[in-house]
Amino acid sequence: MVVLDIEGAGRVFRSGRLRVVGLDDVSLRVSAGEFVAAMGPSGSGKSTLLRLAGGLERPTSGRILLAGRDLAGLGEAGLAEALRREIGFVFQEANLLASLTAAENVALALELDGVKPKAAMAGARGLLDSLGLGAVGGRFPGQLSGGEQQQVAIARAVAGGRSLLLADEPTGALDALTGESVMGLLRQRCATGCAVVLATHNVRHAAWADRVVFLNDGRLAGATGPPAGPECLLGTGQVR
Amino acid sequence: MSVRHSLLALLSAGPTHGYRLKTEFEAATGDVWPLNVGQVYTTLARLERDGLVTAEADADGQKVYEITGAGRDELGRWFETPVPREMIPRQELAIKLVFAMQSGMADVAAVVQRQRVATVRALQDVTRLKAAAESAGNLAWLLMLDALVFQADAEVRWLDMCQARLARENTAAGKARRHPEIPAERAVERSS
Repeated sequence: MVVLDIEGAGRVFRSGRLRVVGLDDVSLRVSAGEFVAAMGPSGSGKSTLLRLAGGLERPTSGRILLAGRDLAGLGEAGLAEALRREIGFVFQEANLLASLTAAENVALALELDGVKPKAAMAGARGLLDSLGLGAVGGRFPGQLSGGEQQQVAIARAVAGGRSLLLADEPTGALDALTGESVMGLLRQRCATGCAVVLATHNVRHAAWADRVVFLNDGRLAGATGPPAGPECLLGTGQVR
Repeated sequence: MSVRHSLLALLSAGPTHGYRLKTEFEAATGDVWPLNVGQVYTTLARLERDGLVTAEADADGQKVYEITGAGRDELGRWFETPVPREMIPRQELAIKLVFAMQSGMADVAAVVQRQRVATVRALQDVTRLKAAAESAGNLAWLLMLDALVFQADAEVRWLDMCQARLARENTAAGKARRHPEIPAERAVERSS
């Protein structure tokens, strides 16, 4: 099932007479359970792509379909509701609420979905357990490492069974090994059917994805297919 | 890659046959560097000549190799000494890019992009192996795979740098054409 379908999307930013192309005719289709990474230098359009996919900005050309529905066809209220139900965001900063425990931060996302507080808290604990984060549930963000905070932020972003997770440089501030555990967590979510789109310029993290697309000057500049079997690399010294 | 020291390291765990050393070496390094049997026996012969191992025939007449005290000392020195960086291995990719640029026969940016896709694809494969090694708790194999990951990472970042330099060069060249009065270096500054 296609979760996200970006069809020839473009985004032009205007400021007075200045016209800057942020994204130019980009098409990308992401299925349930698929992990796609977008790579490219600063200013190549990675973040713009994510902002369009997440409905935070509207394309100036092309269409964005979420589970087959054109976002342009939804009113402001309908759009906000669809985005909140279907899409989770993770950014470089975890942005957890400091006065709530990790579990309460996750539970809050469920309560916003209309889940009763008690059930939300139980759901949050269950989710943290399933992600191997059960031990940190009762701690406040200030008592967590950067990596743990980011993992809790991911749990919060996917709480309530959202079908699409958009992650913009979520490992930017983390060391190599912690960054890797965050990638492991994203992979794990894909296994449950969630689609993930990651924007990063860290190729080691992009390599966790099923597919890596390259952006340059707002355009798609290439892509790797789904990964080949390991035998293609090792033993033969060949890469397909 | 030091076959000599790798064999000493394997022998430090106990005496064994030459053909076992080949399979043990390949298992330890995940078949990334296949060894041929001839290489193993030539190296063992040199180690024996240098007094770093001894060889004795077993009941079936097969040679069993054992590390000597001098062999252990040599192995210890290897672990204590950093791998020299003076010897830069010949890199086909770097050479290819240099000549792509010099010959004017190839679109250098396209060469860079094709390589990037291929390298990232290889990196995806290694990353999948890493996930498997992680769940199997195979630490030595994980370190080995990390080495491959970081080599590919370095290559891709270098390609990014090449691409950025090419783009800057093109912008500067374009500006120089439009404004011949601006010296090339200043055009470069303006574009960055």
